[in-house]
Amino acid sequence: MEKYSIEGTPKTPSISFDLAGGVLEVKGRSIPENSIEFYKPLVDALDRYAAKVQPSTTVNVQLEYFNTSSSKCILDVFKKLESINKNGSQVTINWHYEEDDEDMLEAGEDYQAIINVPFKMIMVND
Amino acid sequence: MDVFDIYDKMERNNILLSFKGEITSELLTSILQIMENKMENMQEEPRVRKKVYNVLVECLQNLYHHLDDVPEVDDKARSAIFTIGKLDNRYTIVTGNYILNENVIGLKSRIDQVNKLTKEELKEYYKRILSNGEMSLKGGGGLGMIDLARKTGEKLEYNFLEIDNKVSFFTLNIKVSNQPN
Repeated sequence: MEKYSIEGTPKTPSISFDLAGGVLEVKGRSIPENSIEFYKPLVDALDRYAAKVQPSTTVNVQLEYFNTSSSKCILDVFKKLESINKNGSQVTINWHYEEDDEDMLEAGEDYQAIINVPFKMIMVND
Repeated sequence: MDVFDIYDKMERNNILLSFKGEITSELLTSILQIMENKMENMQEEPRVRKKVYNVLVECLQNLYHHLDDVPEVDDKARSAIFTIGKLDNRYTIVTGNYILNENVIGLKSRIDQVNKLTKEELKEYYKRILSNGEMSLKGGGGLGMIDLARKTGEKLEYNFLEIDNKVSFFTLNIKVSNQPN
């Protein structure tokens, strides 16, 4: 039962990826100076998962903040999910945003427009 | 050095925090923490707090990433300045750093380009750079300025002051209003 998980810090989100269950959760802040380094293990885990996918894959993203340096890495993660979706696993990305956070909703919509995977925008009360 | 003069200027501009020196990752962590606490103590509404925090992250990481662009031979050039103030319900974040003269035109035209765009055009431009643009190891590959313009809903004010035949001093002045966009 492989799992990739990492605790959150003031600049990086917590990540919990249950490869056997097909559930990925990213939660917290993503504002590291070096995002590529931070996201590499997750991208690698997604590659391993792509070789042995579950029938459905649920992705929960609940970010409080993210910087532009992370935005490209998050896109890379979503691109991996796009190809996983194409190759036999039904992927859903649940994009959470706080009620008063229009910027976070817009950011989710930006990804939704670029990535060919079903997105659900989920409002969270503060 | 007239410290009272500095104090007086900071007081009149209602500066909440300012720093001059080398920008490190640890420094940014502390500054962001301090500003977060300050805004909470000032009982700023969450919407404003989030907006200011986001903008602050972009501005300060911009400084952090671009200090490397100036060669180490010039020691003073690795130092930068920023101030965070609040006047008339508006937060103002001003950053200043050295930039090589040869990079001035490129940066200026990027900011001018961003300043020409409407809200909708900025959204499209952001998505285009995000999905097609090359990502530099350091930063957002040009996303930073677009993001600042989108989040603040304001034009980016800037200035370049030529110091000598090698470097100029670049000032960026970002305003975050309390009003919803």
